[in-house]
Amino acid sequence: MPFSDHERCADAVGWLYQFLDGQLDEVRATDIQRHLDECLPCLEAFDFEAELRQVVARRCREGVPETVRLRIIGAIQAEYRSVDGMEGMSPSH
Amino acid sequence: MGSLYGAALRMTRNPADAEDLLQETYLKAYRSFDTFQEGTNLKAWLYRILTNTFINSYRAKKRRPEQTDVDDVEDLYLYHRLGGLEAATAGRSAEETVLERFTDEDVKTALEALPEQFRLAVLLADVEGFSYKEIAEMTDVPIGTVMSRLHRGRRALQKALFDFGMERGLTGGRG
Repeated sequence: MPFSDHERCADAVGWLYQFLDGQLDEVRATDIQRHLDECLPCLEAFDFEAELRQVVARRCREGVPETVRLRIIGAIQAEYRSVDGMEGMSPSH
Repeated sequence: MGSLYGAALRMTRNPADAEDLLQETYLKAYRSFDTFQEGTNLKAWLYRILTNTFINSYRAKKRRPEQTDVDDVEDLYLYHRLGGLEAATAGRSAEETVLERFTDEDVKTALEALPEQFRLAVLLADVEGFSYKEIAEMTDVPIGTVMSRLHRGRRALQKALFDFGMERGLTGGRG
């Protein structure tokens, strides 16, 4: 029995994350893509989820405070000196 | 160092612990660099050390027991709450504008509100871009578990974002 539209949409949404994660096999990914090509509500929903993911990643970016950077470089230098007893690494500026 | 530091902040949820975690990670990486196989992914190798160190040392000194599960939230939670197709097609940029209204603080707080196992999965996948397989190796659980944590964690994140947005009056109306 062929799927009704509603069932096709529910099926597509069920695979949404794996589709966006690029972790579906090619046959199923092609099926989903074909559905998105002809179903505006699903296309918009998938686009929204993809956009949300980009926003989450972008909003979580952090710069490293200089004090933290220097502390870690210092810790690695101390480690290097204690292991090798040779001249320290020069801090990168 | 920036992305590792950001991940350490999201994991520990406070700057002092994040600094310690980052330093420990770099020292461990330095000491065990001979175990790194050339040609494999250096970023994944560093994140594996970071994640292991976090799980082993910071879980142990947790001050209070943490919630270990998330509510079941339906698919497309945020999309439907923010007006769905109507808003999306009202102007091609309408839904992007709504999402752009969330601040760094909103997103970070929502992510940090997730219980640890869900927070790690979402952080490693959606912020850092690792695959299910890489996350399974980093957190030492089967791929099926990663997928389940990721799917439920993402939906819980949407609900948290919506709730924070509501509090700030961002997501109250459709118009």
